[in-house]
Amino acid sequence: MPVVLEHLGKRFGDGAPVLDDVNANIKQGEFVALLGASGCGKSTLLNIIAGLEAPTSGALEVPSDGAAFMFQDAALFPWLTARENIELALKLRGVGKAERRTKAQELLELVHLGSAGDKRPHELSGGMRQRVSLARSLAQDRQLLLMDEPFAALDAITRDLLHDELERIWKETGRTIVFVTHNVREAVRLGQRVLLLSSRPGRVVQEWAVTEEHRTDAGLAGQLTGVITARLREEIRRHAK
Amino acid sequence: MPSNPTPLAEVTETREHVHAALTRTSTGHEDLRELESGLDSLQSDSDRKHRIDWTRILLPIAALVVLVLIWQFYVSLGLKRRDQVPGPLDVMNQMAVLWTEGKVQESVWTSLQRGIVGFVISVAIATPVGLLLAQVAPLRRAFGPLISGLQVLPSVAWVPAAIIWFGLTDATVYFVVFMGAIPSIINGLISGVDQIPPQYRRVGTVLGASRLQMALQVILPAALPGYLGGLKQGWAFSWRSLMAAEIIAVGGTIGFGLGSLLDQGRDLSDMAMVMAAILLILAVGILIELLVFGPIEKRLLRRRGLLAGSTR
Repeated sequence: MPVVLEHLGKRFGDGAPVLDDVNANIKQGEFVALLGASGCGKSTLLNIIAGLEAPTSGALEVPSDGAAFMFQDAALFPWLTARENIELALKLRGVGKAERRTKAQELLELVHLGSAGDKRPHELSGGMRQRVSLARSLAQDRQLLLMDEPFAALDAITRDLLHDELERIWKETGRTIVFVTHNVREAVRLGQRVLLLSSRPGRVVQEWAVTEEHRTDAGLAGQLTGVITARLREEIRRHAK
Repeated sequence: MPSNPTPLAEVTETREHVHAALTRTSTGHEDLRELESGLDSLQSDSDRKHRIDWTRILLPIAALVVLVLIWQFYVSLGLKRRDQVPGPLDVMNQMAVLWTEGKVQESVWTSLQRGIVGFVISVAIATPVGLLLAQVAPLRRAFGPLISGLQVLPSVAWVPAAIIWFGLTDATVYFVVFMGAIPSIINGLISGVDQIPPQYRRVGTVLGASRLQMALQVILPAALPGYLGGLKQGWAFSWRSLMAAEIIAVGGTIGFGLGSLLDQGRDLSDMAMVMAAILLILAVGILIELLVFGPIEKRLLRRRGLLAGSTR
């Protein structure tokens, strides 16, 4: 079990808890979509799993080598080319110079950017930047990959394609993925399991399994999207004054 | 009415291939690769060729010609005595005389060499100090105000002290140059570090960078635009300080620089010589900007995509 969260809680200073009693088990090689409205502490939860923040209560079990992380904005370094960005991740992991070169090219080809390696981030489109960012997080070579709304800022056409791309890469590499999103369709499209997080405090209130049938049958997927949306709205309505 | 209505039968026929965004939208690996490459070429700009922009060369020359003409016009009005306000031709003649005497070459070379050596040493001292101050909060709190104060303090104020300590030697000149350049390079680097998006540090942490790796691989390159600004200002300060030092401290083992030339012109009440020295000092400043900092800055900004829409 790569990730186990037990009664996890987090509050900043004396404020109201952001996360309260979060429980979840994530299996090896599983793709879990973490869904919630804004302000539900999704990103905080991801930061805790990544080890960037410490929880204030509860316990968690994560892989000892840490996790790879992909941000909402590609966060590529603008002074490096696409290839150098990936090579930097390899370098900081301690990979030797000759191997870095070949490995970076392999990763670029994996995200279908084999010929764009020498371009700089500002010369790439938003979708291409996110693919370089994905390649960089794969370069970290961690079993666990955490993704914080990585496609939220992209246009719909690009996002649909990147969903296919991410699914393919997930299957090819066998990573365990925790994917945070506020987009119900995206959660249903990608996750094998969708966990719904309530807002203020954040807590896992319900979860749904998404089967292979949902991947090919738009009607079925639409139905599940509707059910989850209704439940999400119920959570949001609780906060009405 | 649409001119070419789709037959109903065709709609039902293709229905099986319709994919909503809720399901897989591509039909396989090859299809996906093709779609992505199509989208990539639609979304990224085609490479633009860089041509020589003649306005960049012709406009400054035109501006120079206009200024010289205005100068000549003013002199030809005869409002002031010619020895007090020499015309462009008088200054040009004086410059030619100084050139044949070898004074132009000597003074430009002496000053430029000192300026460059002083600047390079300042960079070597200021960079690690600036990086350290920017990264270690207690150090910065302790020394930050002092550094800012030193930057505001005119470095020419150090000339009397330097003469007392080092006498009329090159050490005096270099000391004044350091006191001018080092604080402004440190401050430039610090403000460059302050402007780094916090996201870059987070990425560095996630990628597992050590403290030193973070400083050298992330912080320093990210701060480069601000750092370069600091270097430019540092050069300006060291050049100015150098001139001030050369004007005030003349004689001893101090060589003959542009400031000394200027001072000599004053001693001889030779206005053409004074003007020639001023123009030489100005010319060196312009050339360093055009040949060194301008190209470096432009290249840096272009590589980071920060040049679009600027008037540079």
